[in-house]
Amino acid sequence: MVLLKYLFRNIFRHKLRSILTILSVSVAVLSFCLLNTIISAWYAGVSASSAYRLIVRNAISLVFSLPISYKEKIKQISGITYVAQGNWFGGIYIEEKNFFANFAVDSETFLKLYPEFIVSENEKKAFLMDRKGCLVGRKLVERFNWKIGNNVVLRGTIFPGNWEFVIRGIYRGRDKSVDESQFLFHWDYLNETLKKTSPTRADQAGYFIVGIKNPEDAAVISREIDSLFKNSLAETLTETEKAFQLSFVAMTEAIVIVIKLVSFVVIGIIFVVVANTMNMSVRERKNEYALFKMFSYGNTIIFGIILGESMLIVLTGAILGIILTFPAVKVVGDILSVYFPIFNLHREVIYESLFISFIVGILSGLIPAARSIKINLAEGLKWDL
Amino acid sequence: MKLILLYSLRNLIRRKLTTLLTASGMALVILVFSAVLMLSEGLRKTLIKTGSPDNVVVIRKSAGSEVQSGIDKEQANIIEISPEISLNDRGKRLVAKELVVLIGLTKKGTDKLSNVVIRGVMEMSLPLRSQVRLKEGKMIRWGTNEIIVGSKIAENFDGVKIGSFLSFGQRQWQVVGIFDGGTTGFNSEIWADVEQLKQSFRRPTYSSIIFKLSDLKDFENLKMRLENDPRLTVEVKKEMQYYEDQSAMMTRFIKVLGVSMTIVFSIGAILGAMITMYSAVAQRKREIGTLRALGFQKVTILAAFLMESLLLSFAGCIGGLFLSSFLQFYTISTMNWQTFSELAFSFTLTPKIILQSLIFSLIMGVIGGLIPALKASSQKIVDALRTD
Amino acid sequence: MAKLEKIIEIESLYKSFRKGNQIIPVLQNISFDIMDGEFLALMGPSGSGKSTLLNLIAGIDKPDSGSIFVQGIDITNLDERTLSRWRSEHVGFIFQFYNLIPVLTAFENIELPLLMMNLSAKDRKEHVDFALSIVGLYDRKDHYPKQLSGGQQQRVAIARAIVTDPSIIVADEPTGDLDKKSAEDVLNLMSELNQKFGKTIIMVTHDLRAAKYAKSMKYLDKGVLINGSAEIFI
Repeated sequence: MVLLKYLFRNIFRHKLRSILTILSVSVAVLSFCLLNTIISAWYAGVSASSAYRLIVRNAISLVFSLPISYKEKIKQISGITYVAQGNWFGGIYIEEKNFFANFAVDSETFLKLYPEFIVSENEKKAFLMDRKGCLVGRKLVERFNWKIGNNVVLRGTIFPGNWEFVIRGIYRGRDKSVDESQFLFHWDYLNETLKKTSPTRADQAGYFIVGIKNPEDAAVISREIDSLFKNSLAETLTETEKAFQLSFVAMTEAIVIVIKLVSFVVIGIIFVVVANTMNMSVRERKNEYALFKMFSYGNTIIFGIILGESMLIVLTGAILGIILTFPAVKVVGDILSVYFPIFNLHREVIYESLFISFIVGILSGLIPAARSIKINLAEGLKWDL
Repeated sequence: MKLILLYSLRNLIRRKLTTLLTASGMALVILVFSAVLMLSEGLRKTLIKTGSPDNVVVIRKSAGSEVQSGIDKEQANIIEISPEISLNDRGKRLVAKELVVLIGLTKKGTDKLSNVVIRGVMEMSLPLRSQVRLKEGKMIRWGTNEIIVGSKIAENFDGVKIGSFLSFGQRQWQVVGIFDGGTTGFNSEIWADVEQLKQSFRRPTYSSIIFKLSDLKDFENLKMRLENDPRLTVEVKKEMQYYEDQSAMMTRFIKVLGVSMTIVFSIGAILGAMITMYSAVAQRKREIGTLRALGFQKVTILAAFLMESLLLSFAGCIGGLFLSSFLQFYTISTMNWQTFSELAFSFTLTPKIILQSLIFSLIMGVIGGLIPALKASSQKIVDALRTD
Repeated sequence: MAKLEKIIEIESLYKSFRKGNQIIPVLQNISFDIMDGEFLALMGPSGSGKSTLLNLIAGIDKPDSGSIFVQGIDITNLDERTLSRWRSEHVGFIFQFYNLIPVLTAFENIELPLLMMNLSAKDRKEHVDFALSIVGLYDRKDHYPKQLSGGQQQRVAIARAIVTDPSIIVADEPTGDLDKKSAEDVLNLMSELNQKFGKTIIMVTHDLRAAKYAKSMKYLDKGVLINGSAEIFI
């Protein structure tokens, strides 16, 4: 009991130093959590994908389209619920920094395939009725202060011209993993316009979303679809939504790796700071430890006192850092919302940071603790500095 | 002055472990700081070098990039005959109508597809890019399914070497040459005959028209004229500007994330330096008292401790830069969000980055050392002398 | 030898310390003069205020009231900066625990006070070498304090005190941490400085044997100066 008291008191002996160390640990834990939240945001599309959906795209690459006639052929395959076509529209709202994802989709079927997009019945009806209507995510509406009935003009990058839309509905996500910052409008509106302006580009779908009754059939159905269009002008590549999203992430994997590496650098910083603090404390208390030895306390106890102190400092800092992470994720999420529409703190990240802090606490107490063992009784008791 | 420097330096050496640990913390921050700068510099260099100063790119209005652009034959013909275009020594116009398509290729050692740019080129495409030269093999014979590939493509993708075949657009294309584009983005491209490419992908349009201006001063006029021509719906950009715009989003991402992270990290390291300096001041109280008694001014004591903290951060800076200099051997290859295509660039260390890291580390040193140094210098002499 | 000229005039000096909300008087109405070329021993039990008085004379502490004229200048009225300058030019310090800078060599420690004068490196070396020869440690000049014995360290400290050729040397228990032999060496050295070089020395000590090296003695008790020979009080 006395030893435990000694351990606690030691921390308060150098208040300023302990506070600075704890702060530095909490800053590092905070950035570790933030970096890992960014990484999980990277994979947000993957975790939001459903096992009940397949994506069919042109085998050459995403920028190549597929004839709309494929839709009817795909529908013939058994085990399929719905097929919706979609196009990445790539429109810009006023200026480029206002980036958000906008798609032309086969609206009615799309909403059936994506039950996680929650729209009220009235708004849904209004959206489906209006040829120029669009359905917008809640976050996007908040970002631009839009209201239902507002006119929005997007400048096409892939499909030239200024495109007018009327906001008819606002959708919410069923859970946090749903991207609430998308902009959806009727594929028919796009296609009909293209028929007039550039007929060669009409009747082309960027991709098809295929709903399946049974996730276990995904592989079989994918193969069936692809074989249907083998040796045609536009061969298809069908994969689960998850695989499709993963292939996207994989292309920018190098950046994910860099961020992961950087988050380990942070751990290195905590380690050196805490190890330094412990080293200084132990050096100052050399004679006290010698005294302990004189009273025949074993090395294990001295070891325990030093490790306990470094653990206490690190874990206090870690908990403080984690508490700070919650508001920080909100702020950073807002700043980076252009890049990451979904930016949520995951419980795993918190556990991971706690675990790492635990390890760092032990490691950084280890060097000074090892030094304390070498303390020579006679030398340690000489009360000089 | 020299003695003060020696004093600070020797004190650092005396506390080896503490000095090492504190400087390591700073070194890690400088590592991240310089790595971020090196990355964005590498990206910038790659993209800017991809453009030549007197080249002009014409793409469809609002398309943003070649991948999304389409310019039909009639429009291309109008642009092609612009009088501002420079002639080569044989009197031919230095202009190329090009087509850019993306295909998925499998990266070496993985089963992941990457989007690679296939550029349909013409005779003048090569002379228009002075940075690009054929490294191995020969040039494409026009009218055939021959292709040449950038050196990074040959390095990073399976089965790409001279004599091998790639299949896309329902055809087999034979690799006949490998070109080296220095540090430009062309290194990540595959070049084919534009007319062959158009046929195989059934593309009626070109993506872009590239040409060299005979006089840079004509640019504004040319831009005005083409962009206002009622027969055309195009955008005219200087090539360098075009490539810079391409990477704007990626550059900003790296900068925003990198800079904000280094600032947060530096707080950790600054606190570490503060801890060390505070303990240095506490340990040397009597020394400080003695120096003051001998007649040294407060400012000198302040300077000595600040110097110590600066030396600490300087050591950290050297350590950090030493580590980050190894990053130069590392190439990042990733997808550019704006073009969906593969982009490879390396960490590039420049004197400016070294200077910026130095300044940044010294700022860390000042912030970390100032409060303890002020504490050291403002102690009462009698009290300081009485410490044991 | 003594020129019988006043070098220090102390007039009704008061000094007190705060301890919590209590005010403890340390020096009360101290007035006396010190002649040029004097070797004065300030004696008294611990807590008598002798060290505080020394600190005030040396200009590293300020009195509550009263004045100290050194060569006609009231040092209690000088500001921080000027006082620092004044110390470096006029006062040499010898401490009980030598107070050498551990990371500097003997030579560098002695050189320290010279750094505040406008001297060339060559001039500084001459001064340091001279001071080293007086204390007889020329062959140890590149040693660090750690590598020297206590007596040697104190001799380095003495060399540091005289290197700027100050008129006054203050010493606070200079032999307090030394063995008998080293203490004698140090005290002999101080006498020599007083007699041969005419330095005014003020030494605080509670060691009567040390005090015997001094030419005169002053005795302090509870912050008050007591006139007469010290021996009768011990």
